[in-house]
Amino acid sequence: MQALTNKAKVVERKPMTVWERLYLPAIAQGMSITFGHIFKKRPTINYPEKQRPFSPVFRGLHVLNRDEEGRERCTACGLCAVACPAEAITMEAAERLPGEEKLYREEKYAAKYEINMLRCIFCGLCEEACPKDAIYLSETFAPSNYTRKGFIYGKDELLIPDPKTQPEEYAKARGNK
Amino acid sequence: MADAPKLFKVTIDNITIEVEAGTSILQAARKIGGDVAPPAMCYYTRLKGSGGKCRTCLVEVAAGSTADPRPMPKLVASCRTNVMDGMIVKNITSEKVIDARNGVVEFLLINHPLDCPICDQAGECDLQNLSYEHGKEGTRYEFPRRTFEKHDLGPYIQLHMTRCIMCFRCVYTADQLTEKRVHGILDRGDHAEIATYIQKSLDHDFIGNVIDVCPVGALTDKTFRFKNRVWFLKPLDAHRQCSNPKCSGKVTLWNRGEEVFRVTARKDQWGEVEDWICNECRFEKKKTSDWTIEGPTMINRHSVIAQGHYVGVQKPQEVLYDVLDGRKPRLFMDIHSVSQVNEPGRDLSKIEGPAHSTDFIENNK
Repeated sequence: MQALTNKAKVVERKPMTVWERLYLPAIAQGMSITFGHIFKKRPTINYPEKQRPFSPVFRGLHVLNRDEEGRERCTACGLCAVACPAEAITMEAAERLPGEEKLYREEKYAAKYEINMLRCIFCGLCEEACPKDAIYLSETFAPSNYTRKGFIYGKDELLIPDPKTQPEEYAKARGNK
Repeated sequence: MADAPKLFKVTIDNITIEVEAGTSILQAARKIGGDVAPPAMCYYTRLKGSGGKCRTCLVEVAAGSTADPRPMPKLVASCRTNVMDGMIVKNITSEKVIDARNGVVEFLLINHPLDCPICDQAGECDLQNLSYEHGKEGTRYEFPRRTFEKHDLGPYIQLHMTRCIMCFRCVYTADQLTEKRVHGILDRGDHAEIATYIQKSLDHDFIGNVIDVCPVGALTDKTFRFKNRVWFLKPLDAHRQCSNPKCSGKVTLWNRGEEVFRVTARKDQWGEVEDWICNECRFEKKKTSDWTIEGPTMINRHSVIAQGHYVGVQKPQEVLYDVLDGRKPRLFMDIHSVSQVNEPGRDLSKIEGPAHSTDFIENNK
């Protein structure tokens, strides 16, 4: 049979020479490779104490954004949910009552907003679809969890901290975006 | 000598069609169909006297008739201009028309708030389609837009005057379907607004039809307000025996699962109501059991409403129990045990009017 590529190698089944059968030189050769690596640059880092910088296009965990005055931007227009190829996003909308103007930017808001992180494929289409700059994918991972129940993210997990009352947490969650 | 109705030969965008005398250019173009039909925001076939206000249906008449083949000097509103024998009309083949339509869209959008993410009409809005197809991306308008407070017109109808484009359709509807109209246009020019005298509520058996005729989201259904987006709902043709003799009882149900979120009249391919329906059918029959369902409504596949792909969907069979020999899986996550959306105990469609923060707190565990 003709090989598709020329990467296939024929395994040699010749009997070992005396030098090879001596065993110790091979050990010494192997150990020298091992010790040699001590002086080379390490390719791994000690996560989570050290973290690598993310690429500017990295798409991580979702964040629901607030505006400068700390009001929620999301108006539950449903465009992220219709754009989502994995159908991970669900929401329920409500009307803003008089007196809630400081909480929500528009007269309609998402009373419930959920992303099923088990379904999410982090494609970023929700971010692209959003007309209100309300959802974006931050530079963090979705943390691991022991149960699947922990991966249904509601508004309490997704919403960014208020920039007025918690400016530090807000800046940290916002990252470089 | 029996008088056969005289047929006029009219050429629209190089397509010749024979129509009866007295047909408007718009109707003749609609007979050809497709892209040739000019868009219309204010004209409504079933409302007498409508049309001539929005100017989106402007066309160029290259030759008036066989007898007088001079072109008309200006673009004419095709909904109000009747055809003549030998008339040659240019719609999409005329650059002048396309340019004029761009201008008209810009004018219509001058005071429009463009709050489509909030508006319930988004997805089935004539103005949205029009500006998407014919409009320019930007606006040159730099001044503050005209704003109004939103009004409740009775228990069922919400008026957002900011979104109104002054098409007068709802006024004609109230005039022609109900005996006594209590709303109309107040003030003139830039200040004109749809209003009732001193916040009267609209209550008449057929007043709900103003919601359907409104080309924008100015008049919306309060029982449906903010409950769901149209593209997440599944439109179904349904009918019922209505006690009102004037009501046809033929409607479109907008379902999600078994919940009926909204009832509207059936619309034809031009977005016009086929049969008027009464308020009882529209606002009070919000159960699937009230209706005889005929089947899914045909939706244009270019519409966002067709995004749901509801037609011909088959639910895949649950094979888990067969694979496990009838045993139950040990780790089975019921989504409702975690999720707070679509909670089994809370039907948004049963809440009167829009949901508020109070509706969610009392149901929270």
